[in-house]
Amino acid sequence: MMSSSFVALLGGALIGGAAALLFLTHGRVAGISGIVGALLPPMPQGDERAWRLAFLVGLVASGALAALIAPSAVGSSVRSPVLVIVAGLLVGFGTRWGSGCTSGHGVCGVSRLSARSMVAVITFMTTGALTAWLAGGWS
Amino acid sequence: MAAIAGAMFGLGLLVSGMTQPAKIVAFLDVSRGWDPSLAFVMGGAVAVYSLVFRVVRRTRNAPWFDRGFHLPTRRDLDFGLIAGAAIFGVGWGLGGFCPGPGLVAAASGSGSAVLFIAAMLVGMLAQHGASRR
Repeated sequence: MMSSSFVALLGGALIGGAAALLFLTHGRVAGISGIVGALLPPMPQGDERAWRLAFLVGLVASGALAALIAPSAVGSSVRSPVLVIVAGLLVGFGTRWGSGCTSGHGVCGVSRLSARSMVAVITFMTTGALTAWLAGGWS
Repeated sequence: MAAIAGAMFGLGLLVSGMTQPAKIVAFLDVSRGWDPSLAFVMGGAVAVYSLVFRVVRRTRNAPWFDRGFHLPTRRDLDFGLIAGAAIFGVGWGLGGFCPGPGLVAAASGSGSAVLFIAAMLVGMLAQHGASRR
């Protein structure tokens, strides 16, 4: 049985390797909120659209495959549906305003030693920790 | 190749536990039986990406399928960066999903993730609308 820290490290290495592959082949930052946001209307054409769509198709395929072979890898939110909707609205608005999420800022930006990304990571880790603590108190 | 990168990214999220909101909340909430394993996810990802990124930048003028690299050029710490990141963190700590894991979980058929992603798209469109004004 592998320890959870080792599995987490392995999963992290896969995430970093995938982001590195996207950089080597397409020269792009693997930021999920940026990739999704850029595909919303007005949708770009040609290459600007193709690599983003292809990346998302691969991402979604991994989830569909997980449902077939490892359904326990995915869990439901621990909050009520109303709070999940509020969470989604905040994540959508916040990631676009703040130019990134856990992947673009947390993995790619931190690795490039970008000051903007490091400030963003410290900020969302702090408000995330405070919110998880407060929300855990009520529910 | 972008599709392979996307699938590998999703596999990494699934293996590392990022698609389990209860685990995310247990990582963020340090007050109740803290689960530190997600720090290793970021550590592993940053270690691999940092290394490959530097090697690629040093040894190549362009990626395989494009004329040049596309990297962020902004350096300023503006209000939107900090306010947006703060709002994102609140949503992350509340729902336990960030965008990538939310998409993977929604694709696997998780009802709460589908709800989360639908709301996230609305939130993104609202921000685009607000920034155009």
